[in-house]
Amino acid sequence: MQRVRFGNRGILFAGAASLMLAASAFGAEAPSPSTVTAADTVWIMMSAALVMLMTPGLAFFYGGLVRKKNILSILMQCFMAVCLVSLQWVFVGYTLSFGPDIGGFIGNFDWMGLQGVGMEPSSYAPKVPHLAFATFQMMFAVITPGLIIGAFAERMRFPAFCLFTLLWATFVYNPIAHWVWGKGGFLGAGGTVDFAGGIVVHLSAGMAALAAAVFLGRRHGFPHSISPPHSLPLAVLGAGLLWFGWFGFNAGSALAANGVAVNAFLCTHIAGSAAGLTWCLLDWIKFGRPTTLGMITGAVAGLAAVTPGAGYVALSGAVWIGVVASILCWICVTAIKARYQYDDSLDAFGVHGIGGIWGTIAVGIWATKAVNPDGVNGLIQGHPLQLWFQFKAVAICMVYSFGVSLALFKFVDMVATLRVSQHEESVGLDLTQHREAGYTVID
Amino acid sequence: MKYVIAIIQPDRLDEVLAKLTEKEIHLVTVSNVVGRGRQKGIAEVYRSHKEAGSLLRKTKLEIAVNDAYLKPAIDAIIEGGRTGSVGDGKIFVLDLDQCMRIRTGETGGEAIG
Repeated sequence: MQRVRFGNRGILFAGAASLMLAASAFGAEAPSPSTVTAADTVWIMMSAALVMLMTPGLAFFYGGLVRKKNILSILMQCFMAVCLVSLQWVFVGYTLSFGPDIGGFIGNFDWMGLQGVGMEPSSYAPKVPHLAFATFQMMFAVITPGLIIGAFAERMRFPAFCLFTLLWATFVYNPIAHWVWGKGGFLGAGGTVDFAGGIVVHLSAGMAALAAAVFLGRRHGFPHSISPPHSLPLAVLGAGLLWFGWFGFNAGSALAANGVAVNAFLCTHIAGSAAGLTWCLLDWIKFGRPTTLGMITGAVAGLAAVTPGAGYVALSGAVWIGVVASILCWICVTAIKARYQYDDSLDAFGVHGIGGIWGTIAVGIWATKAVNPDGVNGLIQGHPLQLWFQFKAVAICMVYSFGVSLALFKFVDMVATLRVSQHEESVGLDLTQHREAGYTVID
Repeated sequence: MKYVIAIIQPDRLDEVLAKLTEKEIHLVTVSNVVGRGRQKGIAEVYRSHKEAGSLLRKTKLEIAVNDAYLKPAIDAIIEGGRTGSVGDGKIFVLDLDQCMRIRTGETGGEAIG
């Protein structure tokens, strides 16, 4: 018995050896040997994992800010975004975003189900397997609709959320990702740059958030009878996880373990720090006390704002991007929201929308080829045209995301009723949508 | 037998418990509560949005006493809980019909002790 098995193994070894011989002979004849490098591939895989962690981080950031009775609804929506959009991405999302171009507007279906996306590098990232690039990008597609949750928190029906998220990923995220990042996309080809998603992620989600706040209307009791955040410690934990994940988001977008990645890493951290500090000071001056919520809100605003520029601007640019992001977002949340009384419940527009818009424009000011030879020069480097490229993309994507999101909300409302009843809203989404409670009263 | 309910400032709890112990009153039930009275609280600010009219955090004590211990109990709460500011709280005294120790079945004044 044993001898027979030995014999079999011997045959297997011989077979494997001949296969290896055949493979090396083929490799020698192949015109371009694979240029995949281990270090770059490891960094992209680690970055994909870091970006994935941002969605649970976002769940706790948002979850801590809602009332006790709605925490699970937020966590659930974030995790459902992971499940739904990941499947949408491998099925059609990736090919629509990054597939072979159709007229500058959308990718075709060549890479549907990730067929043809394999271990060889792509033109998007020449040093990592194409599959690693597609996986890394998947995590961006997941968190972007997650950001919108902040605007319709505490009042959206769960089935409507699921349908909206799928449609939004397909009709807003995928096209905009193609315009800016896809080979042949008309904005990218037209000179607009977006290092890690100021337009594609933050601006697009922020405008959808504004559409959500406008279309769904205010929560009952807004603004004066809504209880304060039920757990700021959870929100701080979430902000910490977001910050940590952001290193993968921005430094990973260099798509290689190189100097541009290091620059993006540092700029990300410094912009977040400068923005957190600035918001803190604004609160201190205006309201007499520095607030925890203000500090983490500012940090997230700064991190969002530096996203489009992390690999294009130098350190000093990152500091200014962070400082100004906090000031603009603080004004939006404090004055503009109070004045117009739209219920962007957790400030998805006020922080991500405004942060993304500002950061994208700021690239046109502070970008320098000294940091990234493959990048661009901005206004300060004597290239004001870049500012126009950035403005143009901001305007087009703002209008597109707001308009299409509004239409999608209308459609979903017709087929699945967007908003919970007043009774369900007052009882809370945890019990009415999920038949669960986040916290038990009795041990 | 009397049932004493006191609503006090949360930060006075340790002091009140110490005074009750001094007067040999050990039986007490404590809970965190929210409520409102004439006191204006410290306004909380969340992303620049002031929460002025919110309910205030208070601590509730419940103490069952024999009649002889009523005055010491009230004295202890006042000594420990008074700061002189608005919001020091209230003491309510109710008649207590019955008291029973679950373990032994003792009733009345014996059970309270």
